[in-house]
Amino acid sequence: MPKSTRFKILSERAINKETFVEPWPEAGLTVTDSPNDPRPSLTVDAGKVVEMDGRERADFDAIDIFIADHSIDLDRAEAAMGTPSVDIAHMLVDINVPREQVQRLASGCTPAKLIEIISHMNVLEMMMGLAKMRVRRTPANQAHVTNWREHPALLAADAAEAALRGFAEVETTVRVARSAPFNALAILVGSQTGRGGVLTQCAVEESLGLRLAMKGLTSYAETLSVYGTERAFVDGDDTPWSKAFLAAAYGSRGVKIRFTSGTGSEALMGLAEGRSMLYLEARCLLVTRGAGSQGVQNGSISCIALPESLPGGVRAVLAENLIASMIGLEVASGNDALASHSEIRKTAKLMLQFIPGTDFIFSGYSAVPKQDNLFGGGNFDAEDFDDINVLQRDMQIDGGLTPITESEALAVREKAARAIQAVYAALGFPPISDDEVEAAVLAHSSQEMPERDLVADLAKADDFLGSEKNILDVIKALEQSGFTTIAANILEMSRQRLVGDYLQPAAIFDKNFRVKSAINDSNDYAGPGSGYRVQDERWQEIQDIPQAKSPRDFIEANIGEPSAKLVELETPKRGNQQEVVVAVGPAFGTSLNRTIGGLEHEDVLAAILTGIAHEGLMARIVKVYHSSDCAVIGHLGAYLSGTGIAIGLQSRGTTIIQKRGLAPLNNLELFPQSPSLTLKTYEDIGRNAARYAKGLPVKPVAVEIDNTARLRLIVKTTLLHRHETEAVRDRPPVELLFNWEPD
Amino acid sequence: MINEDDNYPMMEHAPGTIRTSNGRRLAEITMENVESGVLSADDMQIDAQTLLAQANIAREAELKQLAANLTRAAELTAVPNERLLEMYEMLRPGRSRFEQLMALATTLEEQFNAFENAAFIREAAAVYRERGLLRRES
Repeated sequence: MPKSTRFKILSERAINKETFVEPWPEAGLTVTDSPNDPRPSLTVDAGKVVEMDGRERADFDAIDIFIADHSIDLDRAEAAMGTPSVDIAHMLVDINVPREQVQRLASGCTPAKLIEIISHMNVLEMMMGLAKMRVRRTPANQAHVTNWREHPALLAADAAEAALRGFAEVETTVRVARSAPFNALAILVGSQTGRGGVLTQCAVEESLGLRLAMKGLTSYAETLSVYGTERAFVDGDDTPWSKAFLAAAYGSRGVKIRFTSGTGSEALMGLAEGRSMLYLEARCLLVTRGAGSQGVQNGSISCIALPESLPGGVRAVLAENLIASMIGLEVASGNDALASHSEIRKTAKLMLQFIPGTDFIFSGYSAVPKQDNLFGGGNFDAEDFDDINVLQRDMQIDGGLTPITESEALAVREKAARAIQAVYAALGFPPISDDEVEAAVLAHSSQEMPERDLVADLAKADDFLGSEKNILDVIKALEQSGFTTIAANILEMSRQRLVGDYLQPAAIFDKNFRVKSAINDSNDYAGPGSGYRVQDERWQEIQDIPQAKSPRDFIEANIGEPSAKLVELETPKRGNQQEVVVAVGPAFGTSLNRTIGGLEHEDVLAAILTGIAHEGLMARIVKVYHSSDCAVIGHLGAYLSGTGIAIGLQSRGTTIIQKRGLAPLNNLELFPQSPSLTLKTYEDIGRNAARYAKGLPVKPVAVEIDNTARLRLIVKTTLLHRHETEAVRDRPPVELLFNWEPD
Repeated sequence: MINEDDNYPMMEHAPGTIRTSNGRRLAEITMENVESGVLSADDMQIDAQTLLAQANIAREAELKQLAANLTRAAELTAVPNERLLEMYEMLRPGRSRFEQLMALATTLEEQFNAFENAAFIREAAAVYRERGLLRRES
């Protein structure tokens, strides 16, 4: 087959590095609608579920039993199962049906019923549903802070910056499991430096995670993974009962938990039992609810590339977020693991959570570069901060991030690195040198960090975990080293832990340690004008990206002293000689004296006149006062020209070659891309105009095409044109004397 | 269904009622007391009564599963760290024989007054037996 250049280019695009497969339900490789998915049904006898989703109680597996006995609110089941699924789908998008009403119905649904409701919805409807069903009114975001070297100063500095950037939770993990207590400590100190009240966790094996929490080093835990088939659950080394017990164990130490699930995990483990990913996820979510977890991290998480290889995968991931919120769970909605090679695809997928808003839009935004992200890359990372900030500003959406300046970032990074240095010194950990602190302040990645003695660090980390030392020693060390605010923030986190307000659904703290949860900040979205709105102070914060400049001083470089070489004469008459009229805009050489490309008006005029002179013609210069429009300026010039040929020139540099008799918006040649025009181009324009005037054949002036010029310069163009328009006067044109000698 | 609860946030509305698991008042958790070494690890530990109050707030918000979890959590405050880790380990699949789980339930009841947890573990033991999740004898 002959090769097409276009198809070759397409094959090399990032999107074509992805793997796409056709559904194969028997292998669990279908996101929804497996022929093996059951139809919804529920039979309750004497207060006990005896049949669910087509399966008799005698045939229940452990997950069925747990869901039947703990997850479904039987007092609501009859109404829920008796309401047609399409009606519940309608309620999800109907702004007149309050969230609570839908949640009550959803809490009486079986897994198959939840899937059937969603089957009626497209992504737009699901986004509407999510905006309403999200349990916390205020959306938020979570950061991942890790680094390949597990360097404590860099962890602290990055956690501080993440906190300053607005993340409400910061999660770290380990490369070497034994580093866990030190990594947890570093991000705790760092986050409380950036902003008091940020919740922190360290993702490690379940028992170790609980140990860290007991020591006061973490305030929440979310890697309590659940699975939708019994065998996958057991392969994950837990049962619904052990996971529920673990949840209560965390709660008993005042630690917030959320479970983790997500489409695709069972298929990846080869244990999907031929069910669709979304059906299995609905089972996970009901186990989560039944265990009494306040929330869930879902949205496929680390398996995301698997549903994305299948048709409808991204829709299914949104569906799982929605189902979780329907049954009252806090949702940290994925967007964490690397999901695509394509920037377009990644961003498009993100919009499904970003626009409606979720409790945590990312369940881990990589606040470090990809190579330092120990969660497997990070779908969006530290290099994308400004992009997300601009998306928030574009759409007036709160994605949980706040724009910051470099100096603000460096200040908290330094303070955090110094603070962890002080803690290490006071607790007898291997010292952190001043060089390490200084490197951590400015580093982007751990490649810029000095190496540490990992063996010594791990030995002390083991000692610390096994010792009686705890958070009180850390607070004391900080206080006595002069880091009083950080010490006070960590103490306040400990006090909050004694009160437990943040064990309620979707709890976060604001900078004043005021808890915001589904109890006191419950989502009351009920259509336009209701619910969470980006407004007032928060909207100002989102608008104020450091890159934004005041438009008032945008064109200072184009403004200067009026040209001394241009002198106004009398009102011109129509000529009768072999001439080209150069008609200029009202601000030309006076209130503006440079083009948008930075060329002096005097030089531009000289170049045009040189071009005309080379063809042996005269030039007459006329300033138009009654309009700033390039076509009108050129049209008037042509009217006055003895040959009927004129050049119209706006102060910003936009140029036209016009002929008398042509309609104003028609022309001989137009040069709209003024930033690309050089003095050579202007000379060529002068020459061409003269050749038109002489009736000679003319080859149009070649202009470099720059497709980004308008994109880059449209604000400047607007302001220059505004400036020229301000110079418009209701008066006739004047002839100009240009005090210039040709070379 | 989820309404502003009169007692919530407890930090604002009922700080005077909060005790640490050591019986100390919340107002005593201060920087001075950290520095002077008066406070111990137990003073950093949430109390069962506080967890029951939070369970009540969840129940009033119609979050009965969360309320049940917080109630179990309240009971587990009495269990020392290492014991708690051991109990969790026993509940993981294939770790315990049926009788061991039943004995654990009894311990929870008799030693820690943890009746909800005991019932939960008896329920788990029955399911584990039915579903082959108990320890396999070699």
